[in-house]
Amino acid sequence: MRVGSHIPTKYKAMKILIPTPLRQYAEKRDTIEVQAGNVGEALSALTTQHPDLRRHLYTDDGRLRAFVNVYVNDEDIRYLQKEQTALQENDTISIIPSIAGGCCCCCCR
Amino acid sequence: MLKIQQSIFDEMRHHGEETYPHECCGVLLGVFGGDDAREVKALARAGNTRTDSPENRYNIDPRELVRIQREGRERGFDIVGFYHSHPDHPAQWSKTDLAEAHWIGCSYVITSVQQRAADQTNSFVLCGTDEESKRFENEELIVG
Repeated sequence: MRVGSHIPTKYKAMKILIPTPLRQYAEKRDTIEVQAGNVGEALSALTTQHPDLRRHLYTDDGRLRAFVNVYVNDEDIRYLQKEQTALQENDTISIIPSIAGGCCCCCCR
Repeated sequence: MLKIQQSIFDEMRHHGEETYPHECCGVLLGVFGGDDAREVKALARAGNTRTDSPENRYNIDPRELVRIQREGRERGFDIVGFYHSHPDHPAQWSKTDLAEAHWIGCSYVITSVQQRAADQTNSFVLCGTDEESKRFENEELIVG
């Protein structure tokens, strides 16, 4: 171990990829680097750095919005341990708003 | 304004003909320019996961979006918009399209496919600042 390089083992360095519609609330950056032990901590660090992101990610009662998908590498956190999902060094978190719709004649204009 | 090369425009419309009578869907990769302009540099087809009602609904698997976004970034492209088809319906956004649109600042391109032939293609930009104020506005589509 290098002297002076100690980082608490709980915290891992990782990247959060910011989708295009949310970059305006993150100083127009496409990637934010944070240190965290799990997904919830990573998102908390993100919204602490960029508070304007919070209302776009969370409902008023503090839950992730239904259309906001959060992936760790290629895995949906809903099928892992959700916001308690543990992170490894150099994991990449992707925030992906859903894409859906359709002509659905019952509700066309 | 959305700029798109003729070959990509043709491929997008052809996708809708291939999947008829089901809706097709995909992602437009490119760059953001000034003055609210987006330029498409590549197209990524996606599967329609709405197998329960594919003739009038579409959904892109988020996992596929993660992959497309990653591969786009590796090429220096951002997600600038999305496309889908309306089989035997007009190339106009529906209430469903608006309710399920969340990428503010991106283009949503819709192609009407009539009896397996691509007809009108229109582009709409999702405007607003949040879920409560979002709205579609017509935008100029420049092909060439």
